[in-house]
Amino acid sequence: MLQASDSLTEKAEFSDGIKAALPVIAAAVPFGAVYGAAAVSKGLSLFEATFMSAAVFAGASQMVAVDLLATPLPFWTIVLSVFAVNFRHILYSASLGRKMHRFSPVQKALAFLGLIDPQWAVCEKRALTRPLMPSFYFGMALPLYFAWMGSTALGAAFGKLISSPEAIALDFVLPIYFIAILMGFRDRYNWMPVVIISAVAALFAHWVFGPPWHVGSGAFAGILYAAWRGKPADQLELTPENGEQL
Amino acid sequence: MSETFWLIVTLGALTYATRFGGHVVLSRFKRINPRLEAALDAVPAAVITALVAPAAFLTGPAEFIGAAMAVLLSFRLSMLSVVVLSTGTVALLRYLL
Repeated sequence: MLQASDSLTEKAEFSDGIKAALPVIAAAVPFGAVYGAAAVSKGLSLFEATFMSAAVFAGASQMVAVDLLATPLPFWTIVLSVFAVNFRHILYSASLGRKMHRFSPVQKALAFLGLIDPQWAVCEKRALTRPLMPSFYFGMALPLYFAWMGSTALGAAFGKLISSPEAIALDFVLPIYFIAILMGFRDRYNWMPVVIISAVAALFAHWVFGPPWHVGSGAFAGILYAAWRGKPADQLELTPENGEQL
Repeated sequence: MSETFWLIVTLGALTYATRFGGHVVLSRFKRINPRLEAALDAVPAAVITALVAPAAFLTGPAEFIGAAMAVLLSFRLSMLSVVVLSTGTVALLRYLL
């Protein structure tokens, strides 16, 4: 009896997860395709583009990697840049990890593979009202994962057919995409000064030292300012005390 | 295997490390230093700005206008509409200018 109701709940949790994934898939599939097309236009093969979506599964990081791959940069410069873009995941996992009481160690290890931004946001929200279940988590994460890989492969295959990507500004999709992502962070504390300082420092470094130094210099200047400026206590989000209330 | 292949493997392992690492490391601390948290918070905006600034300001008039349009449209439209409309504008301006 108990087992039957348990498995019923599990089914309901799983289908709730799939429902939560649907709007995210609608938004992610075009970007997976754009990434795939951009990757191929920057010289990656269809296999490499799709393999990166399977292995990394992080839109912004993959865009950065592909963008930097096109310029002859040292291996570790690309790795460090992607690490910098990925850094927010550390905060995500610190926060959401505390809500994974119902996950076995193996389930936790698998779950963190799929901790993309919308997955994190939706799960934090769900954890407000009920315990976060593995069946819900994977019900959302699995469709997202395969939709991302599939759309990448489609975009990569389609991108190969485009003979002159400059004519439809395919080479400028990445900067536009980054600006849209950047604007999504605009409600964050310190956002405007960080953006202005990073932009000025990046342009200055680009002018004085040339690429790729604008990336590290610009990012470092903005981060240094944020650390110096600090944060008022009521803006702190991820400390254990109020983290439970997120 | 090619260098690109090993780069992708490294990036995959690195991304997974950040997704698991926060739970493993930071959850052991009672409190995160406010300056450290402010710095971590600023990382995505700072990195993305640094990447994009030369492309937006130094490429040409069509690209600058497209980038400015993306900033303005982001106040009202979804990310996808912003990307489609702004990229389309860049393509059109390249054709016209």
